[in-house]
Amino acid sequence: MTLTSAPAATPNSFRQQPDARGHFGDYGGRYVAETLMPLILDLERAYRAAKEDPAFQAQFDDLLEHYVGRPSPLYYAERLTDALRESAPKGMGPEIWFKRDELNHTGAHKINNCVGQILLAMRMGKTRIIAETGAGQHGVATATVCARFGLPCVIYMGAKDVERQAPNVFRMKLLGAEVRAVESGARTLKDAMNEALRDWVANVHDTFYIIGTAAGPHPYPELVRDFQSVIGREARAQMLSRTGRLPDLLVAAIGGGSNAIGLFHPFLDDADVQMLGVEAAGEGLDAKHAASLAGGFPGVLHGNKTYLLQDDDGQIAEAHSISAGLDYPGIGPEHAWLKDIGRVTYTSVTDTEALDAFQLLCRSEGIIPALEPSHAIAAVVAQSKQMRRDQVILANLCGRGDKDIFTVAEALRVAI
Amino acid sequence: MSRLSDAFPANRPALVTFVTAGDPDVASTPAILDALVAGGADVIELGMPFTDPMADGPAIQAANIRSLAGGTTTADILNIAREFRGRHPAVPLVLMGYANPMLRRGAQWFAEAARDAGVDGVICVDVPPEEDDALGPALRGAGLDLIRLATPTTDAARLPEVVNGASGFLYYVSVAGITGLQQAQQGSIEQAVARLKQATDVPVAVGFGVRTPEQAREIGAVADGVVVGSAIVEIVAQHGADAPAYVTTYVRSLADALASARQGPNALVQACKEAAR
Repeated sequence: MTLTSAPAATPNSFRQQPDARGHFGDYGGRYVAETLMPLILDLERAYRAAKEDPAFQAQFDDLLEHYVGRPSPLYYAERLTDALRESAPKGMGPEIWFKRDELNHTGAHKINNCVGQILLAMRMGKTRIIAETGAGQHGVATATVCARFGLPCVIYMGAKDVERQAPNVFRMKLLGAEVRAVESGARTLKDAMNEALRDWVANVHDTFYIIGTAAGPHPYPELVRDFQSVIGREARAQMLSRTGRLPDLLVAAIGGGSNAIGLFHPFLDDADVQMLGVEAAGEGLDAKHAASLAGGFPGVLHGNKTYLLQDDDGQIAEAHSISAGLDYPGIGPEHAWLKDIGRVTYTSVTDTEALDAFQLLCRSEGIIPALEPSHAIAAVVAQSKQMRRDQVILANLCGRGDKDIFTVAEALRVAI
Repeated sequence: MSRLSDAFPANRPALVTFVTAGDPDVASTPAILDALVAGGADVIELGMPFTDPMADGPAIQAANIRSLAGGTTTADILNIAREFRGRHPAVPLVLMGYANPMLRRGAQWFAEAARDAGVDGVICVDVPPEEDDALGPALRGAGLDLIRLATPTTDAARLPEVVNGASGFLYYVSVAGITGLQQAQQGSIEQAVARLKQATDVPVAVGFGVRTPEQAREIGAVADGVVVGSAIVEIVAQHGADAPAYVTTYVRSLADALASARQGPNALVQACKEAAR
């Protein structure tokens, strides 16, 4: 084994999911209308073939390097580490490191997946791209790759999100995408996903649906994870090369969970590496929130079985988070499985805690993080009090905060 | 033979009608169901509202929202079914909806509750054969029909899996799309029905986008049944609590059209076949 590769999967590996039917334990699967079933079977066949094709992998790697700007840096946050040590009990306060995926082209990890999926779409001969978006980061990333490859692109976005994320709507339009505001349901991310599925079912022959997170019907959770796993593979190799050791704890924010699974997956078989997924607790777990694992129950939505915020009759609840990117009532099925088997620990962070962490990182490191990873940073702050100085936390800085400054200003009651 | 398979007569196509339970409110639904029966519907599909009806067009989406906004619960829907069964002992009743509300308390619970409410069959939009480990066995165990869906994208390789385990009838979704919008070409429907009938012995009912008596008659000339949903839901949306009279008039126009659907050049041949049985 070289230092740069993740450990090979073994018979008792945590890295061999899903099974042949797309199940992660009880979760995942292919809960779609019959019209879409042949399409996702096609997609699975195409993905299997692409995975075996060195030319596909080479093109993906080349675009990630020269278009996205990978590898993203691994960064030791020295001043944040020092600041947290000051308030930690004696002997406590681990080193804090960040995987800098906010430095990617388009400003977040979303582009990794979009590059992979559009290459797959073109390989399948599809000529039209659709996607859903919440905060607009996945919409921008999708519009970006569509512009790069000259494919027409329709982005579905909840009408409420269109109102509160105007800069990203304009970015998508600049990139040539058509943004359709979704007026149905709660007018947010889940409704945008419903509308994208309705579009797909009506345009089955020419359209490829680029799903933005590691959820949806099989094979999406698997292929999104695989495309995002570049985060964890790089981080693992970088950490070994810089420090000669693996981190003690990985931390990542979770909406659907694509940046977290991308970081975690290459480390799952490293028994000494603990992992912490951070859901959005919104206004608190006893109020409006988006923490599907903490406050939800298993159910079926958007093509997969997973933990969902829902009532006793199985009606889906509306999620809430200050971070539009975490504002979704479900979670990727692999996280549901990892929670149940106990390999990954999950916690949650409120809007207020995330806002505090946002400001802490701005001032201690000169990095304006997105509100999504601000949740991860808040969890890092909490963990640092309980971990020793000789330990190491690696958190994923999955997006930059330029898009969020208006939301933050409003929350801090600052007029700009 | 179940109530459902008895509902498909040999000499004419059956009329299958859909409304959303609790639309415009729970109290109004029984009279709307009675109006469907009075107009000549052979099978009643009672839609279970869901917050996220991914396969439905604007009309049925709006009906779901109206119903849920009024507070419709699963218990309400089962009550509506139970009372319907009391008033109409012979008319087959099917629950149609999405997986999550059906599976929330477990497939077994749902199958038994539906059976106890006098329901004959279930259509679940987002449980394809590949994921049918729980719902199908539970329904069959409770003696209910599981109505499978076939679509224009269901190819020859998949068709055996789709029809395997289908009972009651096979629902042919005639367009790749959502409910209530486009209409399929008659030629494509004829080809599809012929293909499906080679693969299964259960009756084949055709739906999605069927609105007019003329369309119903054309489809009824080749299919065992015709499904009409969005057009009825739109009448309910327009007339609310006053909808039953309008619903009956509209459904009767469909039923009348279907009564003569097979009186074409083939009608005599069909009649002779009937006589020979």
